[in-house]
Amino acid sequence: MERRTLLGRLSWQLGEVVATHPETARAKSITLAPPNWRGHRAGQHVDVRLTAEDGYQAERSYSIASPPEEAPRVTLTVERLDDGEVSPYLTEELRVGDKLELRGPIGGYFVWEARMGGPLLLIAGGSGIVPLMAMLRHRAATGSSVPARLLYSSRTFEEVIYREELERLDEADRMLEVVHTLTRAHPPGWTGYARRINTQMLREVAWPVEQRPLTFICGPTPFVETAAASLVELGYEPGRIKTERFGPTGET
Amino acid sequence: MSEGFISRGFRGRRKPSDESRRLPPGQYLERGFPVLSAGPTPHTPLASWDFSIVGEVDQPRRWSWDEFRTLPRETVAKDIHCVTKWSKFDTHWEGVSLGTLLAQVETSANYVIAFSDGGYTTNLPLEEVLNGQAWIVDTYEGQPLEPQHGGPARLLVPHLYFWKSAKWVRGLRLVDQDEPGFWESLGYNNHGDPWKEERYWGD
Repeated sequence: MERRTLLGRLSWQLGEVVATHPETARAKSITLAPPNWRGHRAGQHVDVRLTAEDGYQAERSYSIASPPEEAPRVTLTVERLDDGEVSPYLTEELRVGDKLELRGPIGGYFVWEARMGGPLLLIAGGSGIVPLMAMLRHRAATGSSVPARLLYSSRTFEEVIYREELERLDEADRMLEVVHTLTRAHPPGWTGYARRINTQMLREVAWPVEQRPLTFICGPTPFVETAAASLVELGYEPGRIKTERFGPTGET
Repeated sequence: MSEGFISRGFRGRRKPSDESRRLPPGQYLERGFPVLSAGPTPHTPLASWDFSIVGEVDQPRRWSWDEFRTLPRETVAKDIHCVTKWSKFDTHWEGVSLGTLLAQVETSANYVIAFSDGGYTTNLPLEEVLNGQAWIVDTYEGQPLEPQHGGPARLLVPHLYFWKSAKWVRGLRLVDQDEPGFWESLGYNNHGDPWKEERYWGD
C-alpha cells in the first residue's frame, strides 16, 4: 500500500523524439525526452501507444536501451517486424520532432543494478540484446568492476545490434568479455562461434558454476528456453537465472 | 495531458468489428502462443507432483497426480489476455474447477495465494475463483500441457490478465488478509482485470 502511494499511477506522457539512430537494416534507436521521467533501472521497459486520426489506438511494450544515467532521456531500440503494426511506424515513419506517447518504466524483476554484484552473465538472442545493453551501459557509466560476460547470438554479422559499441566496451574493459555467435552466415575470417547456442557453448562461456553468476537471458522463446534449460542442466541455480522472452513457441 | 493527441502518420491496422469487440483495451490478437516466465522452466516428474490446499482451512488437502486425475473434469473454451498486450481467442483447456477442489475444505478465508514450482505466487480474491471462474488445467487443445506453457498443470483464470494463471501450480494457500504475489509486488496491478486495463500499480 505504502509503495503504491509513493509510486502513484504510471501516467501516459508525450515524449519528443530528440534523436534517431539506425542500428542495423531492421533495428533503430529512438531517443525520447519525456517531460516527467521518474528514472528507471537497467532492464525495464515502457509501453508505447499510437493513436490514429479516427482515435484507433495500438499499444506495445519496448525495452529501454539507455542506462539510468542518461535520464531524463530515454532510448528505445525497436526492431522492425515485417508483419508488425507498430514497429514499422516506429522504425520508418517516426522522426525527430515528433511526439510519442509512452508510460513507464515497467517491470521490477528483470533488472540489474551495479550494487547487485555478479559476476554477470548476459545471454542475448537477436533484439533480446536491448535490455542487456542497458545493463552493460549502466555498468560502464557507473565504472563498475563487476566481471561481466555477454554471449550474443545473431543471424548474421550485419544484424548484430550495437556491434561497434560492444567492440569498444569490450576493448576498454578487461573485466568485460563479449562473445558472438552467428547462426546463419558469417564473414570470411570470422573467429567467433558460428552455430546456435547449446550446452557445450555455455559450458565454455558461462562462469564456473561455483562463482554463482547472476544471469539474464533475453530473446525469442525457443532461444531462451534452450539457454535456461542448458544452464540448469550444467548446475547453475534456477533462482539466479532471470529470463525475458518474446514471440510464440516454435518461432525462431 | 495527452488528450486528443494524434500520432502523425499512424494509420494502424483496423480490426474486424467482431474481433475488436472481443479485444480488451490496448490488446492485439495473437495467433501463436507466446511464453512469458521469469526464470527457467521447472520439470517436476508426475510421480513427485502433488496439489495441495493449505492455510486457513479446517483440514489441509493433498492430491497426488493419479488422485487429481480422478476428480470431476470440465472442458473450457476461453479467450486469454496477457498484460504484455497479446490476446488469444478460443483456447481450449481441460481440468478441475477450483469450485470442485475448494468444496473439499471448510474455510472463512477471503483470498487465495496460488503457489508454483520455482517459487512463483499470485493472489486472487476467493470469490473470483469460484462458480466457474478458475480451473487447474492439465490439457491444452487436447494434448497434455507442455512444460513451457505451465505443464503438468497450471491455474487458469481467464477473466484476469494471464499472469494470474500461474504456471506449474502446486497448490493454493487460503488467507484472511490479501498479500501481493510475485508480479503484484513488482509493479503489476493487484487485481488485473483486462477490461478495466488494470495493468500496473495505480491503474
